Amino acid sequence: MRAFEDFRVGDIIEFAPLAVTAADIKSFAARFDPQPMHLDEAAQQNTIVGGLFASGLHIVCMHMRLFADGVLRDSTSMGSPGVEEIRYLAPVRAGDSLTLRVEIVGARPSKSRPEMGLVNFRSRMVNGDGKAVMEMRATLMFGRRKVAGGIEAAR
Amino acid sequence: MTYFEDLRVGNRTEVGRHTFTAEEIKAFAREFDPQPFHLDEEAAARSHFGALCASGWHTAAICLRHVVLARHREQADRRQRGEPVAKTGPSPGLRDLKWPRPVYVGDTITFAQEIVELRTAANRPEVGLRVARHTGTNQRGELVYSVLSSTFIERRTHDLDGAQG
Repeated sequence: MRAFEDFRVGDIIEFAPLAVTAADIKSFAARFDPQPMHLDEAAQQNTIVGGLFASGLHIVCMHMRLFADGVLRDSTSMGSPGVEEIRYLAPVRAGDSLTLRVEIVGARPSKSRPEMGLVNFRSRMVNGDGKAVMEMRATLMFGRRKVAGGIEAAR
Repeated sequence: MTYFEDLRVGNRTEVGRHTFTAEEIKAFAREFDPQPFHLDEEAAARSHFGALCASGWHTAAICLRHVVLARHREQADRRQRGEPVAKTGPSPGLRDLKWPRPVYVGDTITFAQEIVELRTAANRPEVGLRVARHTGTNQRGELVYSVLSSTFIERRTHDLDGAQG
Protein backbone atom coordinates (compact mmCIF):
# COMPACT_ATOMS: atom_id res chain seq x y z
CA MET A 1 0.00 0.00 0.00
CA ARG A 2 1.34 3.40 -1.04
CA ALA A 3 1.66 5.90 1.84
CA PHE A 4 2.78 9.53 2.03
CA GLU A 5 6.44 8.47 2.28
CA ASP A 6 6.25 6.70 -1.10
CA PHE A 7 5.57 9.90 -3.06
CA ARG A 8 8.87 11.52 -3.98
CA VAL A 9 9.23 14.87 -5.70
CA GLY A 10 10.23 14.36 -9.33
CA ASP A 11 8.64 10.92 -9.63
CA ILE A 12 6.54 10.42 -12.77
CA ILE A 13 3.50 8.13 -12.90
CA GLU A 14 2.33 6.98 -16.32
CA PHE A 15 -1.04 5.48 -17.21
CA ALA A 16 -2.41 3.30 -20.03
CA PRO A 17 -4.37 5.18 -22.75
CA LEU A 18 -8.12 5.61 -22.29
CA ALA A 19 -10.45 5.54 -25.33
CA VAL A 20 -13.34 8.02 -25.36
CA THR A 21 -16.58 7.15 -27.18
CA ALA A 22 -19.49 9.31 -28.29
CA ALA A 23 -21.70 7.33 -25.89
CA ASP A 24 -19.37 8.20 -22.96
CA ILE A 25 -19.45 11.90 -23.88
CA LYS A 26 -23.25 12.02 -24.18
CA SER A 27 -23.87 9.93 -21.06
CA PHE A 28 -21.82 12.26 -18.86
CA ALA A 29 -23.33 15.34 -20.46
CA ALA A 30 -26.93 14.17 -20.11
CA ARG A 31 -26.43 13.84 -16.35
CA PHE A 32 -24.07 16.70 -15.49
CA ASP A 33 -23.48 19.14 -18.37
CA PRO A 34 -26.50 19.03 -20.70
CA GLN A 35 -25.25 21.54 -23.27
CA PRO A 36 -25.90 20.84 -26.99
CA MET A 37 -22.20 20.54 -27.94
CA HIS A 38 -21.78 17.67 -25.46
CA LEU A 39 -25.02 15.89 -26.47
CA ASP A 40 -25.47 16.17 -30.21
CA GLU A 41 -23.07 15.77 -33.17
CA ALA A 42 -25.07 18.25 -35.22
CA ALA A 43 -25.24 20.92 -32.53
CA GLN A 44 -24.17 24.38 -33.62
CA GLN A 45 -26.70 26.54 -31.91
CA ASN A 46 -25.32 28.99 -29.35
CA THR A 47 -21.87 27.46 -29.09
CA ILE A 48 -18.55 28.93 -30.15
CA VAL A 49 -16.77 25.60 -30.90
CA GLY A 50 -18.65 23.29 -33.32
CA GLY A 51 -19.35 19.54 -33.29
CA LEU A 52 -19.61 17.04 -30.43
CA PHE A 53 -16.94 17.29 -27.75
CA ALA A 54 -16.63 16.19 -24.12
CA SER A 55 -17.58 18.34 -21.14
CA GLY A 56 -14.45 19.68 -19.46
CA LEU A 57 -15.59 18.18 -16.19
CA HIS A 58 -15.95 14.83 -17.96
CA ILE A 59 -12.24 14.98 -18.85
CA VAL A 60 -11.53 15.74 -15.18
CA CYS A 61 -13.68 12.79 -14.07
CA MET A 62 -11.93 10.43 -16.54
CA HIS A 63 -8.65 11.70 -15.08
CA MET A 64 -9.96 10.96 -11.58
CA ARG A 65 -10.89 7.40 -12.52
CA LEU A 66 -7.46 6.69 -14.00
CA PHE A 67 -5.77 8.21 -10.95
CA ALA A 68 -7.99 6.31 -8.50
CA ASP A 69 -7.41 2.96 -10.24
CA GLY A 70 -3.69 3.50 -10.76
CA VAL A 71 -2.70 5.22 -7.52
CA LEU A 72 -5.38 5.86 -4.89
CA ARG A 73 -7.09 2.47 -4.59
CA ASP A 74 -4.04 0.89 -3.01
CA SER A 75 -2.96 3.88 -0.95
CA THR A 76 -3.55 5.71 2.33
CA SER A 77 -5.54 8.41 0.44
CA MET A 78 -7.47 10.78 2.70
CA GLY A 79 -9.08 12.82 -0.08
CA SER A 80 -8.24 16.29 -1.32
CA PRO A 81 -8.61 19.81 0.09
CA GLY A 82 -8.76 21.25 -3.43
CA VAL A 83 -7.36 21.83 -6.88
CA GLU A 84 -5.19 24.82 -7.70
CA GLU A 85 -5.86 24.93 -11.43
CA ILE A 86 -7.41 23.02 -14.33
CA ARG A 87 -6.75 24.14 -17.89
CA TYR A 88 -8.81 22.83 -20.81
CA LEU A 89 -6.43 23.11 -23.75
CA ALA A 90 -8.17 21.36 -26.66
CA PRO A 91 -11.57 19.73 -27.27
CA VAL A 92 -11.83 15.97 -26.57
CA ARG A 93 -13.82 14.25 -29.31
CA ALA A 94 -15.30 10.78 -29.82
CA GLY A 95 -12.57 8.36 -30.88
CA ASP A 96 -9.80 10.21 -29.02
CA SER A 97 -7.41 8.16 -26.96
CA LEU A 98 -6.19 10.01 -23.84
CA THR A 99 -2.89 9.32 -22.11
CA LEU A 100 -2.27 10.64 -18.61
CA ARG A 101 1.10 11.47 -17.11
CA VAL A 102 1.41 12.72 -13.54
CA GLU A 103 4.44 14.32 -11.91
CA ILE A 104 4.90 14.70 -8.18
CA VAL A 105 5.92 18.32 -7.64
CA GLY A 106 5.68 18.65 -3.86
CA ALA A 107 5.37 16.56 -0.68
CA ARG A 108 5.31 17.82 2.91
CA PRO A 109 4.08 16.46 6.24
CA SER A 110 1.07 18.29 7.67
CA LYS A 111 2.03 20.58 10.55
CA SER A 112 -1.38 20.49 12.21
CA ARG A 113 -2.10 16.79 11.63
CA PRO A 114 1.00 14.61 12.12
CA GLU A 115 -0.82 11.50 10.88
CA MET A 116 -0.91 12.79 7.30
CA GLY A 117 1.06 14.52 4.58
CA LEU A 118 0.16 16.65 1.56
CA VAL A 119 1.30 15.70 -1.94
CA ASN A 120 1.16 18.09 -4.92
CA PHE A 121 0.57 16.56 -8.35
CA ARG A 122 0.83 18.05 -11.81
CA SER A 123 -1.24 16.10 -14.37
CA ARG A 124 -1.23 16.32 -18.14
CA MET A 125 -3.53 14.45 -20.52
CA VAL A 126 -2.63 14.24 -24.21
CA ASN A 127 -4.67 12.94 -27.16
CA GLY A 128 -3.56 10.51 -29.87
CA ASP A 129 -1.83 13.32 -31.77
CA GLY A 130 0.27 14.15 -28.69
CA LYS A 131 -1.64 17.40 -28.18
CA ALA A 132 -2.37 18.35 -24.56
CA VAL A 133 -6.11 18.47 -23.81
CA MET A 134 -6.05 19.08 -20.05
CA GLU A 135 -3.58 20.08 -17.35
CA MET A 136 -4.24 20.05 -13.62
CA ARG A 137 -2.42 21.01 -10.43
CA ALA A 138 -3.95 19.36 -7.37
CA THR A 139 -3.16 18.52 -3.76
CA LEU A 140 -4.03 15.22 -2.08
CA MET A 141 -3.75 14.06 1.52
CA PHE A 142 -2.17 10.71 2.41
CA GLY A 143 -1.75 8.90 5.70
CA ARG A 144 1.84 8.59 6.86
CA ARG A 145 3.41 5.22 7.40
CA LYS A 146 5.20 6.42 10.49
CA VAL A 147 3.96 9.25 12.66
CA ALA A 148 6.43 11.79 14.02
CA GLY A 149 8.61 10.10 16.60
CA GLY A 150 8.93 6.92 14.58
CA ILE A 151 5.91 5.06 15.95
CA GLU A 152 4.20 2.88 13.35
CA ALA A 153 0.76 4.26 12.55
CA ALA A 154 -2.12 1.94 13.37
CA ARG A 155 -3.44 1.48 9.86
CA MET B 1 -27.57 34.17 -21.66
CA THR B 2 -27.20 37.89 -21.81
CA TYR B 3 -24.36 39.27 -23.93
CA PHE B 4 -20.98 39.89 -22.36
CA GLU B 5 -21.66 43.65 -22.19
CA ASP B 6 -24.80 43.02 -20.09
CA LEU B 7 -22.93 41.15 -17.34
CA ARG B 8 -21.92 42.88 -14.11
CA VAL B 9 -19.33 41.92 -11.51
CA GLY B 10 -21.11 41.06 -8.26
CA ASN B 11 -24.23 39.63 -9.90
CA ARG B 12 -25.19 36.58 -7.83
CA THR B 13 -27.73 33.90 -8.67
CA GLU B 14 -28.86 30.85 -6.75
CA VAL B 15 -29.01 28.12 -9.39
CA GLY B 16 -30.48 25.12 -7.54
CA ARG B 17 -30.24 22.65 -4.70
CA HIS B 18 -29.65 18.94 -4.40
CA THR B 19 -29.94 16.30 -1.67
CA PHE B 20 -27.27 13.59 -1.97
CA THR B 21 -28.41 9.98 -1.49
CA ALA B 22 -26.19 7.00 -0.60
CA GLU B 23 -27.13 5.27 -3.87
CA GLU B 24 -26.05 8.11 -6.13
CA ILE B 25 -22.89 8.78 -4.09
CA LYS B 26 -21.82 5.14 -4.59
CA ALA B 27 -22.87 5.04 -8.25
CA PHE B 28 -20.85 8.14 -9.07
CA ALA B 29 -17.86 6.77 -7.14
CA ARG B 30 -18.00 3.39 -8.93
CA GLU B 31 -17.88 5.23 -12.25
CA PHE B 32 -15.36 8.00 -11.57
CA ASP B 33 -13.82 7.95 -8.05
CA PRO B 34 -13.65 4.41 -6.63
CA GLN B 35 -12.20 5.14 -3.19
CA PRO B 36 -13.50 3.22 -0.12
CA PHE B 37 -14.96 6.26 1.68
CA HIS B 38 -17.18 7.00 -1.37
CA LEU B 39 -18.19 3.37 -2.00
CA ASP B 40 -18.93 1.63 1.26
CA GLU B 41 -20.51 2.75 4.56
CA GLU B 42 -18.34 0.51 6.75
CA ALA B 43 -15.07 1.46 5.09
CA ALA B 44 -16.11 5.11 5.30
CA ALA B 45 -16.87 4.75 9.02
CA ARG B 46 -13.31 3.50 9.57
CA SER B 47 -11.83 6.39 7.53
CA HIS B 48 -11.09 9.88 8.84
CA PHE B 49 -14.35 11.04 7.17
CA GLY B 50 -16.31 8.90 9.65
CA ALA B 51 -19.23 8.24 7.30
CA LEU B 52 -20.02 7.75 3.59
CA CYS B 53 -19.38 11.00 1.71
CA ALA B 54 -19.63 12.15 -1.92
CA SER B 55 -16.65 12.41 -4.25
CA GLY B 56 -15.68 16.06 -4.55
CA TRP B 57 -16.12 15.67 -8.30
CA HIS B 58 -19.69 14.48 -7.71
CA THR B 59 -20.42 17.77 -5.92
CA ALA B 60 -18.71 19.64 -8.76
CA ALA B 61 -20.76 17.73 -11.37
CA ILE B 62 -24.09 18.42 -9.65
CA CYS B 63 -23.15 22.09 -9.33
CA LEU B 64 -22.35 22.21 -13.06
CA ARG B 65 -25.70 20.60 -13.87
CA HIS B 66 -27.53 23.31 -11.95
CA VAL B 67 -25.46 26.10 -13.52
CA VAL B 68 -26.25 24.77 -17.01
CA LEU B 69 -29.96 24.25 -16.30
CA ALA B 70 -30.26 27.79 -14.90
CA ARG B 71 -28.65 29.13 -18.09
CA HIS B 72 -31.08 27.08 -20.22
CA ARG B 73 -34.06 28.51 -18.30
CA GLU B 74 -32.76 32.03 -18.87
CA GLN B 75 -32.18 31.36 -22.60
CA ALA B 76 -35.66 29.86 -22.98
CA ASP B 77 -37.20 32.97 -21.38
CA ARG B 78 -35.28 35.18 -23.82
CA ARG B 79 -36.37 33.18 -26.84
CA GLN B 80 -39.95 33.32 -25.66
CA ARG B 81 -39.68 37.11 -25.51
CA GLY B 82 -38.18 37.10 -29.01
CA GLU B 83 -34.82 38.37 -27.74
CA PRO B 84 -31.43 37.25 -29.13
CA VAL B 85 -29.38 34.70 -27.17
CA ALA B 86 -25.61 35.12 -26.90
CA LYS B 87 -23.30 32.23 -27.77
CA THR B 88 -21.20 30.77 -24.96
CA GLY B 89 -18.29 28.41 -24.38
CA PRO B 90 -15.86 26.83 -24.36
CA SER B 91 -14.38 27.09 -20.86
CA PRO B 92 -10.63 27.61 -20.66
CA GLY B 93 -10.64 26.08 -17.20
CA LEU B 94 -11.15 26.21 -13.46
CA ARG B 95 -9.01 27.45 -10.60
CA ASP B 96 -8.95 27.82 -6.83
CA LEU B 97 -11.23 24.82 -6.35
CA LYS B 98 -11.84 23.96 -2.70
CA TRP B 99 -13.73 21.29 -0.80
CA PRO B 100 -13.68 22.74 2.74
CA ARG B 101 -16.04 20.07 4.17
CA PRO B 102 -17.30 16.66 3.05
CA VAL B 103 -20.81 16.18 1.62
CA TYR B 104 -22.46 13.37 3.59
CA VAL B 105 -25.53 11.25 2.81
CA GLY B 106 -28.68 13.35 3.24
CA ASP B 107 -26.93 16.70 2.98
CA THR B 108 -28.83 19.28 0.93
CA ILE B 109 -26.48 21.54 -0.97
CA THR B 110 -27.55 24.92 -2.35
CA PHE B 111 -25.54 26.02 -5.40
CA ALA B 112 -24.94 29.63 -6.43
CA GLN B 113 -22.83 31.56 -8.90
CA GLU B 114 -21.42 35.08 -8.66
CA ILE B 115 -19.57 37.01 -11.36
CA VAL B 116 -16.15 38.05 -10.01
CA GLU B 117 -14.32 39.25 -13.12
CA LEU B 118 -15.07 40.34 -16.70
CA ARG B 119 -12.22 40.58 -19.18
CA THR B 120 -11.79 41.25 -22.87
CA ALA B 121 -8.80 40.44 -25.07
CA ALA B 122 -7.73 42.51 -28.09
CA ASN B 123 -7.02 39.39 -30.13
CA ARG B 124 -10.54 37.98 -29.60
CA PRO B 125 -12.92 40.92 -30.12
CA GLU B 126 -15.95 38.67 -30.65
CA VAL B 127 -15.98 37.26 -27.09
CA GLY B 128 -15.27 38.27 -23.50
CA LEU B 129 -14.14 36.12 -20.59
CA ARG B 130 -16.50 35.83 -17.63
CA VAL B 131 -15.02 34.48 -14.39
CA ALA B 132 -17.66 33.29 -11.91
CA ARG B 133 -17.34 31.75 -8.46
CA HIS B 134 -19.58 28.71 -8.11
CA THR B 135 -20.34 27.66 -4.55
CA GLY B 136 -22.12 24.87 -2.71
CA THR B 137 -23.43 25.42 0.83
CA ASN B 138 -24.97 22.75 3.04
CA GLN B 139 -28.17 22.93 5.12
CA ARG B 140 -26.15 24.24 8.09
CA GLY B 141 -24.86 27.17 6.03
CA GLU B 142 -21.35 25.66 5.75
CA LEU B 143 -19.40 26.02 2.52
CA VAL B 144 -18.66 22.59 0.99
CA TYR B 145 -17.54 23.59 -2.52
CA SER B 146 -16.07 26.65 -4.20
CA VAL B 147 -14.45 27.15 -7.60
CA LEU B 148 -13.59 29.94 -10.03
CA SER B 149 -14.93 28.97 -13.44
CA SER B 150 -14.09 30.81 -16.67
CA THR B 151 -16.31 30.90 -19.77
CA PHE B 152 -16.20 32.81 -23.04
CA ILE B 153 -19.39 34.79 -23.75
CA GLU B 154 -20.29 36.37 -27.09
CA ARG B 155 -20.00 40.16 -27.27
CA ARG B 156 -22.65 42.35 -28.83
CA THR B 157 -20.23 43.04 -31.66
CA HIS B 158 -23.00 44.11 -34.05
CA ASP B 159 -23.38 47.20 -31.86
CA LEU B 160 -19.92 48.28 -32.89
CA ASP B 161 -21.06 49.31 -36.37
CA GLY B 162 -24.43 50.46 -35.07
CA ALA B 163 -26.28 48.28 -37.60
CA GLN B 164 -28.76 46.97 -35.07
CA GLY B 165 -28.46 49.76 -32.47
